[in-house]
Amino acid sequence: MAEKSGADILVETLLSLGVDTVFGYPGGAVLPIYDALYQHPTIKHILVRHEQAATHAAEGYARSTGKPGVVLVTSGPGATNAVTGITDALMDSIPMVVITGQVATNLIGTDAFQEADTIGITRHCTKHNYLVKNPSDLAQVVQEAFHIATQGRPGPVVIDIPKNVQVAAAEFSSHRGLENNRYQPQTEGDYQVINQAAEMIMAAKAPVFYTGGGIINSGPEASETLIELAQLVGCPVTSTLMGLGAFPAASDQWLGMLGMHGTYEANMAMNKADLVICLGARFDDRITGRIDAFSPNSKKIHVDIDRSSINKTIRVDLPVVGDVGRVMEQLLAVLKGRRFSSPGYEEWWSRIAGWRATNCLEYPENKEEIMPQLAIRKLWEATHERDPIITTEVGQHQMWAAQHFDFEKPNKWLTSGGLGTMGYGLPAAIGAQLGDPDALVIDIAGEASIQMNIQELGTATQYRLPVKLFILNNEYMGMVRQWQELTYESRYSNSYSDSLPDFVKLAESYGWTGILIEDPADLEAGIEKMLATDGPVLVDCRVAKLANCFPMIPSGAAHTEMLLSPEDVKGTMDDQAKALV
Amino acid sequence: MHIKDEIVERHVLAVLVDNEAGILARIAGMFTSRGYNIESLTVADISEDHAISRITIATNGPPHVIEQIIAQLDRLVPVHSVRDLTESGPHVQRELALVKVAGKGENRIEAMRLADAYRARIVDASTESFIFEITGTPGKIETFVALMREVGLVEVGRTGVVAISRGPDAA
Ligand SMILES: Cc1ncc(C[n+]2csc(CCOP(=O)(O)OP(=O)(O)O)c2C)c(N)n1
Ligand SMILES: [Mg+2]
Repeated sequence: MAEKSGADILVETLLSLGVDTVFGYPGGAVLPIYDALYQHPTIKHILVRHEQAATHAAEGYARSTGKPGVVLVTSGPGATNAVTGITDALMDSIPMVVITGQVATNLIGTDAFQEADTIGITRHCTKHNYLVKNPSDLAQVVQEAFHIATQGRPGPVVIDIPKNVQVAAAEFSSHRGLENNRYQPQTEGDYQVINQAAEMIMAAKAPVFYTGGGIINSGPEASETLIELAQLVGCPVTSTLMGLGAFPAASDQWLGMLGMHGTYEANMAMNKADLVICLGARFDDRITGRIDAFSPNSKKIHVDIDRSSINKTIRVDLPVVGDVGRVMEQLLAVLKGRRFSSPGYEEWWSRIAGWRATNCLEYPENKEEIMPQLAIRKLWEATHERDPIITTEVGQHQMWAAQHFDFEKPNKWLTSGGLGTMGYGLPAAIGAQLGDPDALVIDIAGEASIQMNIQELGTATQYRLPVKLFILNNEYMGMVRQWQELTYESRYSNSYSDSLPDFVKLAESYGWTGILIEDPADLEAGIEKMLATDGPVLVDCRVAKLANCFPMIPSGAAHTEMLLSPEDVKGTMDDQAKALV
Repeated sequence: MHIKDEIVERHVLAVLVDNEAGILARIAGMFTSRGYNIESLTVADISEDHAISRITIATNGPPHVIEQIIAQLDRLVPVHSVRDLTESGPHVQRELALVKVAGKGENRIEAMRLADAYRARIVDASTESFIFEITGTPGKIETFVALMREVGLVEVGRTGVVAISRGPDAA
């Protein structure tokens, strides 16, 4: 066997695993790896402007392509800058492998230049992490890392490689696969349990499917299976923020998103259902609202590949551990085998029709200012035929995008759900564009969030990525302001976006096209211009400054206590509710 | 507003793990980062090739938290198995303590009498001190140490609990 340096072993192992794109930023502790990359131009290295952006770009790439995202950063500040994106990927179950440089093994623990305890810092924000002390372990570790990142519930894995390990040589054969596969999650559901699930479905009078990001993670076939299963059962379907697109919004069975900013009909259906079938979702607090008032009269089935998600916050009647796509196939087979056909649930659907009639997503008309909801809807109208990939930042604009942009297919909606990371959207859009160069990729942003990774305008320019950035500029951290109205009698403490840049000029200085839209009358033309312009385009869309996002379940409230419009807002809250996020 | 406490149960868990660097930090850190309690934690490698360690964790919490602790341990990559010995039936729990007592006269005689009653062995003696070695359930050790406090306790070292299920099978 030939000897190779650790850096070469790393790069060749990445190649053998099919890695074509790496998002990274160089520094002292990864120079040997950068030199190896220089010799292997088949791996495309995308030079971001900040390591956090490398992680979000890798997430965007992963979420839109289904392949793991790969990140390469240096030790110390490179690694600590990556921590936010690593945590984001953990919370949203995104497959990601992050390679960090480390000081040489003999310097570890001496407070050496650019030393940080990357393993310690990332221990609880990764699915698993490794410190590699010998180049002969590298190939196995990298293979296992990809296996762990992608199998079971996906997540981020960190591989910390000291600089001397990158330089030192070891024997390497590219043909050795993963030996001793110690991580083998259960994907197949237990047949007896699936039969019980089928019986519960057959006995239900008011069932609802509550779907989540697990279906997206399970792959596009899982979305197909969901559609088939939903058609067979004939019941309503709602989804978490992370699951949007798994079930087509155009379907009659679609209730819209559920949870804090979900639709009235989705939340009422959850509350009144007699059977909740949770498919690849995790009863997050944004979904449940007040736990003791969550779907009080239903039996609950929970399908999840991660056993620790089951009975974590909500007790369920029937846990099913397994890959949600596979379990749905099994369930479908059992239901068909029992010749089940949908009873139609006439009474249930007529109650739902009543809730739908509230038109909970309606918003006031405004001739002077652009309503942000309208801007999203116009964006959808102008683009939906092109199957765009939409990313977002975090705030009101994110929730409006979730409510007013209809998703028909999986892997087209990329947003930071669990961690709620402002600054996610632009790098994620860059990653998605790299994964699919022909796609129309739009980041729907807020003026505050976008400033958290605004430097990535340069990355898009450098790689000629025609990303579109649509800023709903309300001159406020709107979501913060909204909570201050709800909870603190409109004391707007530090939620005004002061000293904003001239976004059009800023775009132009990075080589982007900048467009300003101020007048409702110019909205459609502005969007058309954005779409007709080649290359990256930033739109500074000035929207109604004080618009709020409804419907809303205030923290600590039940699904039945939704605020549907500003008139329902009181402006004070008791301490119990204030203590919740 | 005030924070409410919940009623807790004590459980002893046996966890088999890969004997790799950082494994203790991973396990102990998982407990702190998720707000679980550790009463005691012992670890030693147990397999012939030293590849596997057995960690015994005594923990406490409401039943739903214990269930979560087990699931959270089980999903860690280096963890092979997690057994709730408290849940899975009769088991033996033992802990070892070294207890140093100093004193003269009546106290010294009383210490020896108590040690005898508790089957503690004398492993070191000087004219003014003893070191007792005692094994038993954590409760027995607790009581013994409390008694020694009254007759001149100087210091105590405890191993933490190890446990194993009764009968022919592995847990
Ligand atoms: C990194 C980070 N810091 C702080 C927050 C808290 N936060 C949530 S929404 C928000 C305001 C976002 O403002 P903007 O981007 O303008 O969006 P808008 O709500 O106005 O649409 C803030 C500060 C966060 N989610 N992420
Ligand atoms: Mg804003």
